[in-house]
Amino acid sequence: MNYIGEHLFPGQLGHFLLVLSLVTSLVATFAYYRAASSTITEDQLSWKKLARIAFMVDAVSVFAIFGIIYYIISNHYFEYHYAWNHSDKSLNAGYLISSIWEGQEGSFLLWTIWHGVLGLILIKTAGKWEAPVMTVLSFAQVCLATMILGIYVFGIKVGSNPFILTREVFQDAPIFKRADYLSLASMQDGNGLNQLLQNYWMVIHPPVLFLGFASTVVPFAYAIAGLWKKEHYGWTTASLPWSLFSAGILALGIMMGARWAYESLSFGGFWAWDPVENASLVPWLVMVAGIHTQMIYNSTGHSLRPTYFFFIASFVLILYSTYLTRSGDLQDTSVHAFTGSGLNWQLRSFVFIFLVPSLILYISRYKNIPYIAKEENNYSREFWMFIGSLVLFLSAGFIILFTSLPVVNKLFGTGFTVGSEVEFFYNRIQIFVAIVLGLLTAVTQYLRYKNTNRKTFAKKLLLPIIISLLIAGAVSVFGDIDYDRFGAGYLAAIHLGLFAGIFAVVANTGYIWAGLNGKLKAAGASVGHVGFGLMLVGILIASSKQKVLSVNLFNPLNFAPESKQKGTENMTLFKGVKTDMGKYWVTYKADSSDSFEKKKYFHIQLEKKDDGKSFVLKPDIIKNTKGQEGSSANPDAKHYWNKDIFSYISYAEEMSAEQDTAQFKLHSMAQGDTIYYSGGLMVLEKVTPNPVTEKYNFKPTDTAIMAEINVYSTGGKQFKANPVFYVKNNVVQYHLDTVYAEGLAIGLSQIVDNKHLGIIVKESSQLTPFIALKVLQFPFINLVWLGTILMVTGFAMSIVRRVKLQKRERVVQ
Amino acid sequence: MKKIHIVMLVAIAAVIAVLISMMGDLSTYETIASARQKQGKAVTVIAKLDRSVPNPIEYDPARNANFTTFHVIDSLGNRARVEYHFEKPFDMEKSERIVLKGTMKGDVFEITRKDGILIKCPSKYKDDPKAAQNNLSRN
Repeated sequence: MNYIGEHLFPGQLGHFLLVLSLVTSLVATFAYYRAASSTITEDQLSWKKLARIAFMVDAVSVFAIFGIIYYIISNHYFEYHYAWNHSDKSLNAGYLISSIWEGQEGSFLLWTIWHGVLGLILIKTAGKWEAPVMTVLSFAQVCLATMILGIYVFGIKVGSNPFILTREVFQDAPIFKRADYLSLASMQDGNGLNQLLQNYWMVIHPPVLFLGFASTVVPFAYAIAGLWKKEHYGWTTASLPWSLFSAGILALGIMMGARWAYESLSFGGFWAWDPVENASLVPWLVMVAGIHTQMIYNSTGHSLRPTYFFFIASFVLILYSTYLTRSGDLQDTSVHAFTGSGLNWQLRSFVFIFLVPSLILYISRYKNIPYIAKEENNYSREFWMFIGSLVLFLSAGFIILFTSLPVVNKLFGTGFTVGSEVEFFYNRIQIFVAIVLGLLTAVTQYLRYKNTNRKTFAKKLLLPIIISLLIAGAVSVFGDIDYDRFGAGYLAAIHLGLFAGIFAVVANTGYIWAGLNGKLKAAGASVGHVGFGLMLVGILIASSKQKVLSVNLFNPLNFAPESKQKGTENMTLFKGVKTDMGKYWVTYKADSSDSFEKKKYFHIQLEKKDDGKSFVLKPDIIKNTKGQEGSSANPDAKHYWNKDIFSYISYAEEMSAEQDTAQFKLHSMAQGDTIYYSGGLMVLEKVTPNPVTEKYNFKPTDTAIMAEINVYSTGGKQFKANPVFYVKNNVVQYHLDTVYAEGLAIGLSQIVDNKHLGIIVKESSQLTPFIALKVLQFPFINLVWLGTILMVTGFAMSIVRRVKLQKRERVVQ
Repeated sequence: MKKIHIVMLVAIAAVIAVLISMMGDLSTYETIASARQKQGKAVTVIAKLDRSVPNPIEYDPARNANFTTFHVIDSLGNRARVEYHFEKPFDMEKSERIVLKGTMKGDVFEITRKDGILIKCPSKYKDDPKAAQNNLSRN
């Protein structure tokens, strides 16, 4: 059949480029391999020339593939499944790009593009290491190319092709029996981008994170090159900028993800020990461990064996994490893992393809790897740096073990799972890791390689210790850090962790002057460590002092037993009713929509009780993508320098088309009082505690009162209204009663004093709209972000310095 | 023996000690029936919404925004009512599997932690070809 209106050329070109990238990366791998193993200079050069051309063609192809996908998506060619499934016409350019990495194919493509970029830089800079390093990288390109190939070999699916047509995916769907299927309504628009991903962080976070993932291959490739060519000297200095870059970018990518999670509140904060988060953190921890042993080796000759191990482990862990998060095996433990795509065997085999040969190579060469038999001195920097690396590695091992429980269960048929306190499960161990690392980063900089004069060491460290004790003491005493949910021991650990973090910040700042005489150029490590310390402090304060503001503990009746029941995080807010929320009055003022009618904003006014200052937050709900009912909520935040206040719509009623502008009026009434409304008057007849009526059935032990109000209309009719006020689970709540005939909604919203009740009355033809609102407060969260920026800056400064040093050495040679 | 080796041995011993103690804190997946046998103990159950009940999810935010109750059925066909002391999770109606972490109190499964419920993330529906096909033939 000839289908009408299809644009098949981009797909055909794309498919050709997919195959081309696979072939060229194979050629590059083989040619680089021959160049690296040949002993004849002429052979080396000719193989290298071929390899370079092949690799460049590969790099250009993957870029072109990305360009074609963007072309298809931005032109809304919904005959392509990728465009139909991941985008729609309402997306702007930024979100059109992020719809590329909503799918698995796009994210693998991103990865392979970064490999291409890194490879091109290596071709230019790696010098004599080019051939062996690029052999490894080209081979990684082969593996990634098979992921987006989408062909069947002997009935087994290899990869998933991003250029497949919608009609090829759903071959049985009746609409494809028609030649003009593209003109049908269901093909006029795509499924759209998932609403959670419609956030600006989702435009920038995945490329940065994938650059981090991709970059771990470079230190790995250098390590393999060193083992393979038995050249244990030289590669550690040549690869140092690369390992620094990898750790810096990965840290940035991870923390951008944390920032996204924080702003969209889809994980309930910036870090939740979700398996997807852990999977990216663990390779980073191992990479950082590797950088430190690498530094040790470059300066003292110790620790080369662990350096090899850490760089191999870091890259293999990236592959393992990819398997974990994309295979669908984490379905029951992660809120954010991909579902399986039928490519599990491929993802698993990647891990083994790299793990097994690397391990064999490492073990067979182990004896030949140089080491120093003499022990490290207790007062040497290398000894304590190595301890730090060991702690990092053990911490990583601990996290990945428990993240892998679903895999363990699969392998051994067990049924283990982390209990309901997931965060505490990890935190109670990692807090000690944080304490040890904080102290080590503070002290170790003051030690010299090989040996340190004890007197000057003590003298230089004395001032930072005193300053840190003073600051940490002040924070502990005046900071109201009283997170005692998990007992006094854990609280003590938090305070200790705070000291360790502050000590790391103060000592490393001091070291820039005490140790480096203010030479900022050489202060990369110090700046990075200051950032790390700040992050620790920020994480500890923000997490232990995070508070739900929308819990209303105001209890005027005060005869309910203190309930331990948790989970009273939402307040019901009726439109226009000023409601008590701890230190704030909160009012749901109005709502508005965006131009596409996709989003609805709720205007929530928060007024501070003490100074009357008020501000408006506009959390919104966004309609789900096509084919899915319902909406998702986006929070809105007010940022202060020392805290963020988040508001979040937990529930919003479907609004009627007409706008309701009527507002509730609050009246203070004692028994027997009369108030007037436009159509008559009403009298508060009686107040009944714990009423038992047709409508309500409170027990004598409950905390509830019901007002009995008689409404007399000017038309001579009489109505009864029975609003109820009660306390449940420590939260004050009330039921409105409505007199529909008079368009009245009457509520008993508060107890003014022992005689007067707060009666709210609204005259309207419609029922009152209401929302369930959650308000959260995160104090000192900015320390986490500031720490991240400083840490990444530190990495960047170190890279610049190392590259400069390398250039100088080359010139000298 | 070198100092570093001693340190590593101590660290490994510490790790093993910690691991053993943490293994004790791991809970296991239970069925609704076996969870009933473990009254009051924290358990994890995988189930799905019991759609044979006319209204499997009850959530009335006007009355109480912090209380959701729903009915689930596990793969063995056992049913239970769940009380969740938070707002209804988004897209819960469409979930295919729900992982519940909480305790059985009598016949009611009670969840007192916000993250005690894990439903399929909405982003995953897209990769479900069945849902996509329905979507294609519906409109």
